[in-house]
Amino acid sequence: MTAMTREETQALIQEVLEVYPEKARKDREKHLAVNDQSVEQSKKCITSNRKSLPGVMTIRGCAYAGSKGVVWGPIKDMIHISHGPVGCGQYSRAGRRNYYVGTTGVNAFGTMNFTSDFQEKDIVFGGDKKLAKLITEIEGLFPLHKGISIQSECPIGLIGDDIEAVAKKSSKEMNKPVVPVRCEGFRGVSQSLGHHIANDAIRDWVLGNRDTSAFETTPYDVTIIGDYNIGGDAWATRTILEEMGLRVIAQWSGDGTLAEMENTPKAKLNLLHCYRSMNYISRHMEEKYGIPYMEYNFFGPTKIENSLREIAAFFDDTIKANTEKVIAKYKPMMQAVIDKYKPRLEGKRVMLYVGGLRPRHVIGAYEDLGMEVVGTGYEFGHNDDYDRTIKEMGNATLLYDDVTGLEFEEFVKRVKPDLVGSGIKEKFIFQKMGIPFRQMHSWDYSGPYHSYDGFAIFARDMDMTLNNPCWSQLTPPWKKAA
Amino acid sequence: MAMRQCAIYGKGGIGKSTTTQNLVAALAEMGKKVMIVGCDPKADSTRLILHSKAQNSVMELAAEAGSVEDLELEDVLSVGYGGIKCVESGGPEPGVGCAGRGVITAINFLEEEGAYDDELDFVFYDVLGDVVCGGFAMPIRENKAQEIYIVCSGEMMAMYAANNIAKGIVKYANSGGVRLAGLICNSRQTDREDELIMALAEKMGTQMIHFIPRANSVQHAEIRRMTVIEYDPTNPQADEYRSLANKIVNNKKFVIPTPITMDELEALLMEFGIMEVEDESIIGKTATAA
Repeated sequence: MTAMTREETQALIQEVLEVYPEKARKDREKHLAVNDQSVEQSKKCITSNRKSLPGVMTIRGCAYAGSKGVVWGPIKDMIHISHGPVGCGQYSRAGRRNYYVGTTGVNAFGTMNFTSDFQEKDIVFGGDKKLAKLITEIEGLFPLHKGISIQSECPIGLIGDDIEAVAKKSSKEMNKPVVPVRCEGFRGVSQSLGHHIANDAIRDWVLGNRDTSAFETTPYDVTIIGDYNIGGDAWATRTILEEMGLRVIAQWSGDGTLAEMENTPKAKLNLLHCYRSMNYISRHMEEKYGIPYMEYNFFGPTKIENSLREIAAFFDDTIKANTEKVIAKYKPMMQAVIDKYKPRLEGKRVMLYVGGLRPRHVIGAYEDLGMEVVGTGYEFGHNDDYDRTIKEMGNATLLYDDVTGLEFEEFVKRVKPDLVGSGIKEKFIFQKMGIPFRQMHSWDYSGPYHSYDGFAIFARDMDMTLNNPCWSQLTPPWKKAA
Repeated sequence: MAMRQCAIYGKGGIGKSTTTQNLVAALAEMGKKVMIVGCDPKADSTRLILHSKAQNSVMELAAEAGSVEDLELEDVLSVGYGGIKCVESGGPEPGVGCAGRGVITAINFLEEEGAYDDELDFVFYDVLGDVVCGGFAMPIRENKAQEIYIVCSGEMMAMYAANNIAKGIVKYANSGGVRLAGLICNSRQTDREDELIMALAEKMGTQMIHFIPRANSVQHAEIRRMTVIEYDPTNPQADEYRSLANKIVNNKKFVIPTPITMDELEALLMEFGIMEVEDESIIGKTATAA
């Protein structure tokens, strides 16, 4: 199928909207757009970060998911308490594939579930005493933990537990940071507010902790912000930065530690990958400590090269020269990957629907393989994300914000992409429709996809999914005859 | 006769618990089988019947035992004067937790444990202050109290609260069977109090079911943790409660209330001289400016 024209895409949107009642149609209409590269500000064409409609199937999460699951959870040497009933903690435990080095129960706690396990009586009488006791028990059982975060589940915001008071008191007793996070799930419209709240908690309770302590700095100290080390992403990134001659003093938050976070204000440059979830703290460090931050993109060799040169521009000629060497070293390796896979993938069309960064960041990687992204959208992006997306996407391609189950299915049926990249909830729907699918949150249990190492794996995975022989076996013999 | 469930609401401090317990004592004296369910974390709805400081509440005992499932009905149900069954829902001290959830949990527990047996003629819910959240509306939801009595007085804020409670009743009246059964005027000895409450009741589409005069004997009894009915059965005040009890037994006037607007309420207060006619020129002026 050839590319759709602007009018065809617009007609498709109208057709899909047709089934909604008028009020829902009016609302959803604002979240669907045909891309136009000439538009400077996305707010002119698309609305985002608004409440999802009741009755549609949204793919979003909640503020607790944004704080516990995304920002705080991967910090491996802290214990993250899910304060409230047991489920939130249990279902956000070790599910995101944030790789880390450490020994569970000794100096890493990511796969464990610490919860205050609320019962009726805790709702009625308040859970703060239980929380204080829980923290004391943690300190006794896991003395090597470096600090604690208290992740509020919904009821905490309703019953008014004073978790700040508990945090201050137990922090004093243990002489370790205890961070209260007001990330009750009902706050905001998606996990996005949870990221913001988590960032603010880091700002208020962590960042200044080592402002006055000694730290041996070098002129080349950088941090990786907003890389959650899914399948080892941050590691693949770190090695390249180190090859450039930089020193990575902190990873936020994949395979990260509390000490790294506390030392981040001593960096020379903050490198920001996931803008959506960690721009807040990056801006704060720029304002308070004068540390510049730079958004970079480590998906696919083209974007990687651009990013490496932009990063190098912050440093001296040694780094710049090193960077050119790094680029030259990997270029033939990447060319070999492209030579191997591009012929198998060229011209294939992809539709994406991911969280807050990848819907735009992975476009370059697909393009390096000769593929085209013909539709994309964010679960919880804001308009600054769409601002950054418009230029990455081709004209007349589809943009869909907080897409509903119905819309996504209908769009895919009509656009007929060769590959869909989204999450676990979407995976089996599209596979059953006979469309190759990759999970783009968890890398489908593969990865890393970031950096040079990651691109080789990314290319292989796309090939083995798209060109898997199973897709030619979908039509049963009795239907083939017709 | 089928069990009648009644909820008593009203502004904080208006005398709901005292009125309820004296009323219930009068009903018991008449031979009615009655249960009181205190829906207030303060747990002071049954002390005059049980002659105790405060009964062990459902939530308190549940917290001690671990969970409400670990409790038996006899742990929480005490029998006092006249065979009156007493239960307190209980809840947290002020400033923590969720008292509303405590009421919900306690009432669910009573239902599951069969506290509402067929022998009972009346169940009275004595509910904290104003309706503050969904939990405190629990007693008037489906299959619970069908009749609501609002205790009020001729003071402005008490009437304001009564009107507000009526608004809450409208919501549940439209979705279920709950009805406003009358205003009980617990006198504060304001001027023309009975006429005023009768006028308010009429505007709200209900009745002033009884006017309880102010009497020191209530205090005398209360100091001894007793109802007037029990402490001094011959006291004229005891007859007032007996009269209220009789009217409630024979009450047929159950309505969906018609709460009035703030303006109407103010007009009524002005009519009775409780509120001055508003002088627009003084609004927002400080003492020095005037």
